[in-house]
Amino acid sequence: MSGGHSTYSPTTGLGRWFDTRLPIPRLVHDSFISYPVPRNLNYAYTFGGILALMLGVQLITGIVLAMHYSASTQLAFDSVEKIMRDVNSGWLLRYLHANGASMFFVAVYIHLFRGLYYGSYKAPREIIWVLGCIIYLLMMATAFMGYVLPWGQMSFWGATVITGFFTAIPVVGEWVQTLLLGGFAVDNPTLNRFFSLHYLLPFMIAGVVVLHIWAFHITGQTNPTGIEVKHKTDTVPFTPYATIKDGFAMIVFVALFAYFVFYIPNFMGHADNYIPADPLKTPAHIVPEWYFLPFYAILRAITFSIGPIDSKLGGVLAMFGAVLILFVVPWLDTSKVRSAVYRPWYKLFFWLFLVNAVFLGWLGSRPAEGIYIALMQAATAFYFGFFIIIMPLLGLIETPRRLPNSITEAVLEKKKKGSASAQTAAAATETQG
Amino acid sequence: MSANETIEHNRRDFLYIATAMTGVVGAGAVAWPFIDQMRPDASTLALATIEVDISSIEPGMSVTAKWRGKPIFIRNRTEAEIEEAKAVTVADLPDTNARNANLGADAAATDVDRSAGEGKENWIVMIGSCTHLGCVPLGQAGDFGGWFCPCHGSHYDTAGRIRSGPAPENLHIPNYEFISDTVIRIG
Amino acid sequence: MNSFIKGLAAFGIALGVATSAQAAEYPLVKPVEQDWTFAGPFGTYDKGQLQRGLKVYREGCAACHGLTRVAFRTLADLGYSEAQVRSLAAEYEVNDGPNADGEMFDRAALPSDYFPSPFANPEAAAAANNGAAPPDLSLIAKARAVERGFPTFVFDIFTQYAESGPDYVYSLLTGYQDAPEGYNQQPGTHYNPHFLSGTSLSMPNPLSDGQISYDDGSPETVDQYAHDVAAFLMWAAEPHLEARKHMGFNVMVFLMLFGALVYLTKRKVWANVDH
Repeated sequence: MSGGHSTYSPTTGLGRWFDTRLPIPRLVHDSFISYPVPRNLNYAYTFGGILALMLGVQLITGIVLAMHYSASTQLAFDSVEKIMRDVNSGWLLRYLHANGASMFFVAVYIHLFRGLYYGSYKAPREIIWVLGCIIYLLMMATAFMGYVLPWGQMSFWGATVITGFFTAIPVVGEWVQTLLLGGFAVDNPTLNRFFSLHYLLPFMIAGVVVLHIWAFHITGQTNPTGIEVKHKTDTVPFTPYATIKDGFAMIVFVALFAYFVFYIPNFMGHADNYIPADPLKTPAHIVPEWYFLPFYAILRAITFSIGPIDSKLGGVLAMFGAVLILFVVPWLDTSKVRSAVYRPWYKLFFWLFLVNAVFLGWLGSRPAEGIYIALMQAATAFYFGFFIIIMPLLGLIETPRRLPNSITEAVLEKKKKGSASAQTAAAATETQG
Repeated sequence: MSANETIEHNRRDFLYIATAMTGVVGAGAVAWPFIDQMRPDASTLALATIEVDISSIEPGMSVTAKWRGKPIFIRNRTEAEIEEAKAVTVADLPDTNARNANLGADAAATDVDRSAGEGKENWIVMIGSCTHLGCVPLGQAGDFGGWFCPCHGSHYDTAGRIRSGPAPENLHIPNYEFISDTVIRIG
Repeated sequence: MNSFIKGLAAFGIALGVATSAQAAEYPLVKPVEQDWTFAGPFGTYDKGQLQRGLKVYREGCAACHGLTRVAFRTLADLGYSEAQVRSLAAEYEVNDGPNADGEMFDRAALPSDYFPSPFANPEAAAAANNGAAPPDLSLIAKARAVERGFPTFVFDIFTQYAESGPDYVYSLLTGYQDAPEGYNQQPGTHYNPHFLSGTSLSMPNPLSDGQISYDDGSPETVDQYAHDVAAFLMWAAEPHLEARKHMGFNVMVFLMLFGALVYLTKRKVWANVDH
């Protein structure tokens, strides 16, 4: 997967035998051992590795849970309870899987915002970014279908509401919804196909992850300065430098994960999902999982018709648009400078965007009434405004700070300044992502 | 790993080894729940013992109970069947072991050791799973009036002992006891 | 950051408007946090309390509410011996069959059986109770949680508050009172401001002082009954809580040790590289 010249030279006979037939050891060596990484990567850059770990955790716990789960409306809820009560270590596996989904999204959001902050999507890394967006879309689909499987009240009504989006499509909407559900409402055929797809999609994610990793092994990684690698002194070999640093970050992240699993395993869930699904009774407040809340707020912000588009279709278009706009970010950003470190105005707007996104999340958990609707509309306007107006415009009018000549120069400059302790603190906040 | 590790001093080596060992221990501990979940769960184990009421089984009648996912043949044998089984010389049998979990591993395949014992020789309790490849034999069939496995043609006699065919062992007898005159607890 | 402060201000206004504009926010009275032995990182169930709670369930709730996901065998967790579990199970009848004649029959329950439901099906339960089927209680301590609101839910992460279910059960059972003047009481309902989805519920006050006798000297009061049965229902909903917290401690200790070692290794590896 490495773009550069391979430095692998097998030392054993078996190694040479393999290398001339199927050079997997060479691939591993070039990708994860000798692969050069910029020496100035901070901990925000460890979330790629953490995400790979979380994908593995979800796959493995998911496969063993599927050994005990029954995808039938009559049995699904009972089989999950059997896992929780009777299966050996079943409660652990299920809490790992349920909280793992949340932690997966925690990591993916940090990863995504890191990319946005340091301009990781800019040429020549557009494909890496687009592949990442595809992974994010697949993750959302997987998480949604996974949440339906326990067949609790939130599972059922979440599925009803989300598949209801498709009825907003003019003319063929109802037909598409019926096709997705395999019936006139969410029922056994829906549960069965969601289980099938929930099992399939993670493997597709893994496939796209391979492409994602491959692509950045071609272009090389970005780094907090946004300057491309110029000399050999700008980089260190992946092993041991990046492996040990990623390893440490993984342990810290796993500790956070474990805290939720062992002490507050139901914190991220919803109490109503411990009530078996009842098609005749809707819970008082239907709320999606926290990682969908910003989009849920955007969906409900559109309460007015825009020309021929009624508010229902408008809401759905805005919600999907909020995800799809991420795909074109590389072409919306007109700045010649990559990293927000050297872009004072972009940095300000980045943090505002982050706060706005969290605010949208909170609004997503509120009922769509009164002042909340106006707030949702304002926050939605800022969300789209950031991408459509601020990003292209800032690149044209902003005066960036002076860039160092190379990564090495930036590192040495930082070290010089670092002697003053106050500066170190500033640098630490600088490199947070 | 980098090639110049060998020239580093011992303290560094110790740190690396300690870290690696701790990682290996952690990986092992993580692996256990994934293996553990494959073992029979608590609801399955709760059904590992069953009780069967045999008060209505007259001589010459059988019942089949389900225990640990397998059929259990419980038969109240007729006098003729017992006599027929007793007439066989143990040494002539293909399998001379009683295969009775309630007795020692070396008990001989006499009729009394195949049955529920002295005084209860009319009762025979066996796992209805052919010792060849696990099919369920048919009752009161075959050349010896006992059981006959239709899959590959194994014939068992009235004490459930293999007499001809590919099965290597007598039908196995599970752990059981009479907790009263009319109730058997299996398992 | 200026806009962040503006955002916070808007946020405060929103909260204010929300609480004043929405008079119909249930429950009217939020549950008061109780002391539970199973709370916190080292929490364990009090077996005596669970046994009392089981008694309250059997004498105070079981006539209408099932506990169908709880197997008798699991009552061993409450400190009962195998023989006690067996005789306790035998006090219940379960439907089994069909027998050799093709008939369904009733028999005494075995430890492998589950608490039977008092009604044949949800429709029968609703028909016998004025149209409101009494919910099964197996998961009630996890299925009822009153929203904590901002910023309390953030603090809950650090205080490990996960007892909103039992707090709610306790509040509801002790929360029955006379309706205020001029309250429009629907017939067949009972006023309780602690109720999660309204101000009145179909269930009448199930407990009264002295109704259930304790043999361990605990006070025979509604307050005590409500605490005991809420704890019991928490156990019913989350039987592996103790094992979970115990394993959690081991995992945390391991991760801290391993994390420290990896951190030191990382420092050594990076010692000669400016970054």
